[in-house]
Amino acid sequence: MASLGELERSVMDYIWSRDASVTAYDVQAEIADKSSKALAVTTVLTVLSRLEKKGFVRRERSSRPHGYVAVSTRNDHVASLMHEVLGSSSDRRAVLERFVGQTTPDEAAALRKMLDGR
Amino acid sequence: MLAASILLALLAVALAWPVPVILARARWAPRAPALALFLWQAIALAGGLSMLGALVTFGLIPFGPTLLSGAGKFLSELFSGDHSVNAGLAYLLCDCAAVLLAAHLIFNLVLTIVSAEQQRHRHRQLVYLLASPDPERPGTHVIDSAAPVAYCLPVGLRSMTVFSAGLVALLTADELRAVVAHERAHITQRHDLLLVAFRAWHLSLPWFPIAYRAEREVEILVELLADDRARHLVADGTLAAAIIRVAAENSVAIDSSAPLPRQGSATVATAELRVSRLLSPLPAPSRPTQLLVIALGIALIVAPAYLLVFPIYG
Repeated sequence: MASLGELERSVMDYIWSRDASVTAYDVQAEIADKSSKALAVTTVLTVLSRLEKKGFVRRERSSRPHGYVAVSTRNDHVASLMHEVLGSSSDRRAVLERFVGQTTPDEAAALRKMLDGR
Repeated sequence: MLAASILLALLAVALAWPVPVILARARWAPRAPALALFLWQAIALAGGLSMLGALVTFGLIPFGPTLLSGAGKFLSELFSGDHSVNAGLAYLLCDCAAVLLAAHLIFNLVLTIVSAEQQRHRHRQLVYLLASPDPERPGTHVIDSAAPVAYCLPVGLRSMTVFSAGLVALLTADELRAVVAHERAHITQRHDLLLVAFRAWHLSLPWFPIAYRAEREVEILVELLADDRARHLVADGTLAAAIIRVAAENSVAIDSSAPLPRQGSATVATAELRVSRLLSPLPAPSRPTQLLVIALGIALIVAPAYLLVFPIYG
């Protein structure tokens, strides 16, 4: 049995791959197709409502069964994540520890020289 | 308790200005980052203790000859409403200031921890959805972005290291191992706790120039410590090459998109220090120096505690 986190990821991947809204049954069929694992619709609905609570999908209540659409595209999410990582405010620095921070091209050139001049 | 109060105040002033400046300039610090970190913690702890202690010991002078008897009398007066001690306004103001300062420091620490945890939690959720776990490196996630970044996200016991696809493409397998080792050192040595504590200290005393300096120094020392850990697993030159390549590539990325953040020069100073330490390693300070630093750190913590419990009568 896949963990809830992995399920959330595969459900989200599917929703991102589709332009139109999807229903829990679409998701169930897709996951059965892909991993040849049968999931109960209730499990799919649990995953979808968790994703909704986290603000990744929006539920459309106008139709029955309810349709789900992604709030923003995958690329937008990656971009905002990277923005958070690359921002070098001290606020961020305390939250995550980056391998190397931001430099200017001049500074980078000086660093390169240190390696070449060995 | 007046003598104790004066001594504590002098200690607080020394720890607020000259001592941190000397430590920040100490040449031995990059050669013994763990020792320097120990001393920074001792300075922060002793500084807070002596600041509060000076206020408390002065404020309790009318209430009793020692801290304990004074505090007991003060509290019983406060709650019984029987005001037999005629304490001057200056003493009472000091008591208020001590309580306010202690509350302020604790409140800021809690606030900083909670907000960092919330941000990490949210970030972690995004990484889980957007990045795929690296099958070759457990605990590592690869995010599909061209900018070469690597960072670790300490969240409780389930910390994660995140790489971008750009980083994996940029570095050799050995250099990637160096990055993993560096980030893993941050996680196993719980550097996040240190960073949050010093950040809280800085936030609660923003007008204190030294609080910012201490935060910066601790950030740098933590990087050096993680480098030293990584050196056990990879060659010094490999780690240096990884640092330089990532720094160079990041500079290109930022050049074309956003204006340079203010901390740019501080970062490069750190990168330079890290690289030069790796390429031309200096020996650790001599044993006597190390012992001296340890003794100094212990003395810094013990002195204000001693003055608080056994005030000099006078």
